[in-house]
Amino acid sequence: MTASQWELLWTSLGPIVSGAVTGTIPLALTSFALGLAIALGIALARLSRVRAVSAAARVYISIIRGTPLLVQLFVIFYGLPSVGVLLDPWPSAIIAFALNVGGYGAEVIRAAIRSVPVGQWEAGHTIGMSRGQTLRRIILPQAARVSVPPLSNTFISLVKDTSLASLILVTELFRRAQEIATFSNEFMLLYLEAAVVYWVICLVLSSGQNVLEKRLDRYVAH
Amino acid sequence: MSPTDPPLITVRGLRKSFGENEVLKGIDFEVRPGEVVALIGPSGSGKTTVLRSLNSLTVPDGGTVAFADGLTIDFATAVSKRDLLALRDSSAMVFQHYNLFPHKTVLENVIEGPVQVQKVPVAEAKADAERLLDRVGLLDKRDSYPFELSGGQQQRVGIVRALALKPDLLLFDEPTSALDPELVGDVLAVIKELADDGWTMVIVTHELAFARQVATEVVFMDGGVVVERGAPSQLLVTPTQERTKQFLHRILNPLG
Repeated sequence: MTASQWELLWTSLGPIVSGAVTGTIPLALTSFALGLAIALGIALARLSRVRAVSAAARVYISIIRGTPLLVQLFVIFYGLPSVGVLLDPWPSAIIAFALNVGGYGAEVIRAAIRSVPVGQWEAGHTIGMSRGQTLRRIILPQAARVSVPPLSNTFISLVKDTSLASLILVTELFRRAQEIATFSNEFMLLYLEAAVVYWVICLVLSSGQNVLEKRLDRYVAH
Repeated sequence: MSPTDPPLITVRGLRKSFGENEVLKGIDFEVRPGEVVALIGPSGSGKTTVLRSLNSLTVPDGGTVAFADGLTIDFATAVSKRDLLALRDSSAMVFQHYNLFPHKTVLENVIEGPVQVQKVPVAEAKADAERLLDRVGLLDKRDSYPFELSGGQQQRVGIVRALALKPDLLLFDEPTSALDPELVGDVLAVIKELADDGWTMVIVTHELAFARQVATEVVFMDGGVVVERGAPSQLLVTPTQERTKQFLHRILNPLG
């Protein structure tokens, strides 16, 4: 590597990291939080005894999982204006990512809820709890433990998928790298640099996952 | 208790089918205050379904359950949520597999119902729970998680969790059949003490010696009907029905 390449690597790190801090990370966090709420709602709908509700949830999950995230993103940002709905890049990206997490997360949460033995529901009922109370206080805390590893996967995928938002004009980590690469003609250098920054973020997330798993495992025999 | 006391709960004509399988074909019995009713019978006889019906964990298809205070639930008609809750609130179940909440400590397991459902102040519920745990010799385990306890200890916590609700009726579903043999005694001793204290209980059990000591009445079920009922000293010793004789013979002589 030449001296000027080293210098470019160093000077570009600031804008790229700031793209992560002001773009990638808040985008991932907001979408994931909203997405989890959607996922819980869809999972409960999917488990509903009302057939129409459960069918609607199944269709939702099928559409989300059966279409590319990039297409979902483009439909919201470039497609919706033709029916009169104009959204800025950020809200478009957050909506698309949240809906996507909602679809994948719903299946994870549904499986986690069903993994809790039926005796736990009965124990909740016998102490007088309603279905909702039992779900909230007895079932979900146990389901949460089971769903941490798969939901961590979803979150880590989401962090990387936010790079797609660069295609609808959101200024985030990858878009910064792209801009500098085009300007300096150093594509290999800048894209590898971006890759390393994503990797570091995901390493931090993985260790966060470990801490969370340990915490939630405290009531399980080892 | 005397035979003239009005029953706490009167069950008439209880029916339940799971698909094609009719497990209860019209069950009649009543439980008077302070009585300990032991439900015995071969597996598949419907005794657990009767017990679960009393706690509305299973909703029967027909028959009535009447309470001493006048409420009568007719399962042949659509049963309101309120009535089901009233039925459930009058009793508390102790499960075969304990079903403790694994993510809660022993104390949290016990106070969950009183605090969350009955709205008892936390301090009061804790004091009550500690008193009950002390009685069954588990006060030192109050901050343990269920996985740290033996089966016998878990079941004693299960009993305390039910007691803390102060129900009119305690229901036990084969409370010792998941336990190692050497742990059975501790749990039975606790149940015996509760009987001596005057708790009203219905117990599904295979422990005939225990039923003989503790029960005031034994109900023998087979094939979804009550075949015979009576005082333990009579039913377990000189049963009148052929099916009862066969069942007792099989239990007492497993090899025939």
